[in-house]
Amino acid sequence: MSTGPIDLRPGLLRFDGWLLGLLAALMAFGLLVLYSASDGSMALVVRQAVRLGIGGVLMLIAAQVPASAYRRWAPWLYAGGITLLIGVLLFGVGRGAQRWLDLGLLRFQPSEIMKIAVPLMVATWMHQKPLPPTLKDFAACAVLIGVPTGLIVVQPDLGTSVLVAGGGVMVLFLAGVRWRWILLGLAGLVAAMPLIWSKLHDYQKNRVLTFLNPESDPLGEGWNIIQSKIAVGTGGLTGRGWMEGSQSRLEFLPEPHTDFILAVLSEEFGFLGVAAVLLLYVAILLRAMHLVGQTRGVFGRMLGGSLVFLFFVYLLVNAGMVSGVLPVVGVPLPLISYGGTSAATLLTGFGIIMGLYSRRKLMR
Amino acid sequence: MKRWSTGAIDPLDARRVDRRLLIVTLLMLASLLAILGRFAQLQLAGHDAFAARAENNRVRLQAVAPNRGLILDRHGRVLAENRAAYRLVMVPERVDDRAEALARVDALVGLSEDERERFALDLTRSRPFQPVTLKTNLSEDQVATLALERHQLAGLEIEPYLTRYYPHGELLAHVVGYVARLDAADLARLDPDDYRATTHTGKTGIERQFEQRLHGRSGIERVETNAQGRVVRVLDRTDPVPGEDLRLSIDLDLQRAAMQALDTSSGAVVALDVASGDVLALVSKPGYDPNLFVNGISSADYRALLDNPYRPLFNRFLSGGYEPGSTIKPFIALAGLDAGLISRDTRVFSSGVFRLPGHSREYRDWRRGGHGWVDLEAALEQSVNVYFYQLAADLGIDAISRELALFGLGQPTGIDLPGEYAGVLPGRSWKRRTLNEPWFPGETVITGIGQGFTVVTPLQLAAMTAALAGRGRTAPPRLVDPAEPVQVIEHDSAHWQTVFDGMQAVIYGNRGTARAVADRVPVPMAGKTGTAQVFGRPQDEDADEREDLPEFLRNHALFIAFAPVDAPEIAVAVVAEHGGGGATVAAPIAAEVLARALGEDGADEPSPADRLADVGGGAP
Repeated sequence: MSTGPIDLRPGLLRFDGWLLGLLAALMAFGLLVLYSASDGSMALVVRQAVRLGIGGVLMLIAAQVPASAYRRWAPWLYAGGITLLIGVLLFGVGRGAQRWLDLGLLRFQPSEIMKIAVPLMVATWMHQKPLPPTLKDFAACAVLIGVPTGLIVVQPDLGTSVLVAGGGVMVLFLAGVRWRWILLGLAGLVAAMPLIWSKLHDYQKNRVLTFLNPESDPLGEGWNIIQSKIAVGTGGLTGRGWMEGSQSRLEFLPEPHTDFILAVLSEEFGFLGVAAVLLLYVAILLRAMHLVGQTRGVFGRMLGGSLVFLFFVYLLVNAGMVSGVLPVVGVPLPLISYGGTSAATLLTGFGIIMGLYSRRKLMR
Repeated sequence: MKRWSTGAIDPLDARRVDRRLLIVTLLMLASLLAILGRFAQLQLAGHDAFAARAENNRVRLQAVAPNRGLILDRHGRVLAENRAAYRLVMVPERVDDRAEALARVDALVGLSEDERERFALDLTRSRPFQPVTLKTNLSEDQVATLALERHQLAGLEIEPYLTRYYPHGELLAHVVGYVARLDAADLARLDPDDYRATTHTGKTGIERQFEQRLHGRSGIERVETNAQGRVVRVLDRTDPVPGEDLRLSIDLDLQRAAMQALDTSSGAVVALDVASGDVLALVSKPGYDPNLFVNGISSADYRALLDNPYRPLFNRFLSGGYEPGSTIKPFIALAGLDAGLISRDTRVFSSGVFRLPGHSREYRDWRRGGHGWVDLEAALEQSVNVYFYQLAADLGIDAISRELALFGLGQPTGIDLPGEYAGVLPGRSWKRRTLNEPWFPGETVITGIGQGFTVVTPLQLAAMTAALAGRGRTAPPRLVDPAEPVQVIEHDSAHWQTVFDGMQAVIYGNRGTARAVADRVPVPMAGKTGTAQVFGRPQDEDADEREDLPEFLRNHALFIAFAPVDAPEIAVAVVAEHGGGGATVAAPIAAEVLARALGEDGADEPSPADRLADVGGGAP
């Protein structure tokens, strides 16, 4: 694969043109689907475009930062994030779950920071340590991952906690944790299932149970799964055409413009549309992985690999949920679903990857 | 084997990480391929099946509302039932132009602003294919008109349904309450899945208190529909679980008798089963017709209810606060006996005026010139104020508060109805808390005759009377699930008897304040009259102050009673508003209720006078 145009004007603005181009194509297509999914609301599309633009600016800023700076900031960012998470528990707002801090002007969700801060902190820790990790380092990193994950679980926000933990664990995996330990960890997770189950809230249990048997609650939780599958299946090979999806038109589909936007896409553009979008995602993943593989030293590889993985998990969970193979958890389709927070986080992640890569070129 | 990295590239480490990166990349590609496979399965292999399911949405799920449980009296007579009616519903997705459809319906049968608003609200919580109610309780003419114009009304249907009906109207309005259309606040409170097909919910009274048991659980129906969205056949169905029928302790006959006995007075009557706490009659007069509220009350009807000076919407037995007046005296007497301050034979001279030592204020007796020397029985019989002024002053407010609290004054009785008022238990801590003032000795004196700060509800007064009749053993008043009776108050059994004798003399004594009702009840009864000063009149209601309405300035008449005296079964409390003295208006009402409740049992028994002669008690 070509490395593409890089550092057109060294010293001024660094980014990877290929990755930027692929992301822009994905977001443009996303806005097209959003227009249909929101029943032709131009205002909604404009608002989303502005959010994506802000995310793009964050990406370009992140791309200018050298890796050493990230390592210097990592402990501060991590400690600050933990402080905010504790703050959320004490002063947080939100219905049912406390996930937000109200800063007067804006509300924001500190757990979002941790999606980047946790892999960053673990990568920083491992960067000066021998590879593969010793048991001591492994344990230290487990604590670094476990504390924020626990704080997010009690909010409660199971979806985000899985994403945060996943990012940290991925760094450890890339650091070369022995397969023995990985198998041991998986076994431990399976053994802890009954305990985790007993700690789940009723609505969370319901989601899992409904996922296993959607017909058990056809008008409640099961509704989403059933209707989403019908919408996807109706699309066929070529789809019903843009703005022609009857399932979403008739409001059968819940939240068509956020978590279930992929169902709208599937209905209107058919299997070919889904395949094209997945191909776009794969191209982004491969290009990003290629950049990660080119970075200098293990820090960038571990951090970058983990950030790509985060993007992938969003995609996998959302697509799995819409097609009825994973339980319904509130995870958006990355860079396509309506909403600015996850887009900002993901784009910042890509910015970091570009930054790590372009450093290599400068220092060579 | 490992060395500390200096930040320079370590090819060994980098290669190790690269290997893992490759593994991750391959895993990601594999899972995305699997996802693509899943979409192929749904969209290519499953397309026909799913497309068929989506096509016209022929097969649908719809929630089925459960039938609401009935409310019955203690003998199984219906107090709230479900009647067949017709309503007009709209299936939103089958209507191209909602505004036009609404206009057409308006032209045919009329649509009120309320109906439009409710329709708009219901629309927001339903699926596009679910019928939304536009107009309920259609008249036969309206059904005919709509049926005639059917071809013009695509997406609109006439649907049979069950509507709540209260056959006894205002007789039980304050007990049974009523159901009305779900509003936004109800929706926030109730389980949205279970109420998906439900349109009404309990708003007051038993209907609200026992909403969950009366409602049941909704069922689900899988139905096939034609292109117009009309149900062609039911494929299968999970039946709804109907609501539970509730049998109230109320006796419909006794309730009616109590309502009629109040005659032209506004007020409240409460009759309790002494042993079980069962509420046998529970009247607040005037009542209102709860049926008006079921399908949305018109603003004219509502205005009329609000503007009625007798306040029919006000629940007097549950929320009405009254000064107990002299009905408090038996309880004060018990406190005195128990404290050892008085005995059956203690005599006090009533000159007609009482003065606290060292104070100049005079507290007058109701009879000018006084009653002379009286013992406790005579003091209760003739309701001698001076006796109780003296007793209260000797007891002190703390002992009085303690005794009245034992009988439940100042606390809700815990009856199974929403909105109970706790009343006021006078005392030092109460006054400090609410008025931030110390307690004055003169206030103790008037507390002894039930004036001053004391406030009871008729229900509380009845519960206190039941506890008295049960010699301290009592169960909280209940309409649905009876509570276990417990001994809540311990007194020497002779003390109870002494007070009972005094209260019996109220009816059968030569000078008894209620001797006029002596032959109205076939079994021996005990009672106590009371007069409450009218207080708590809204200050801004000019009508109350007008001289041509002197009735509103008259005192309230109170009466408490129980019977038979030897083995009390029924306790009654009566408040007749603006009835003047307790004896003339309230006592006959209580006697009527007791006679009705005990009449059949007592028919063959010796007359009360004979029985009194046998036991040697009673009339002096």
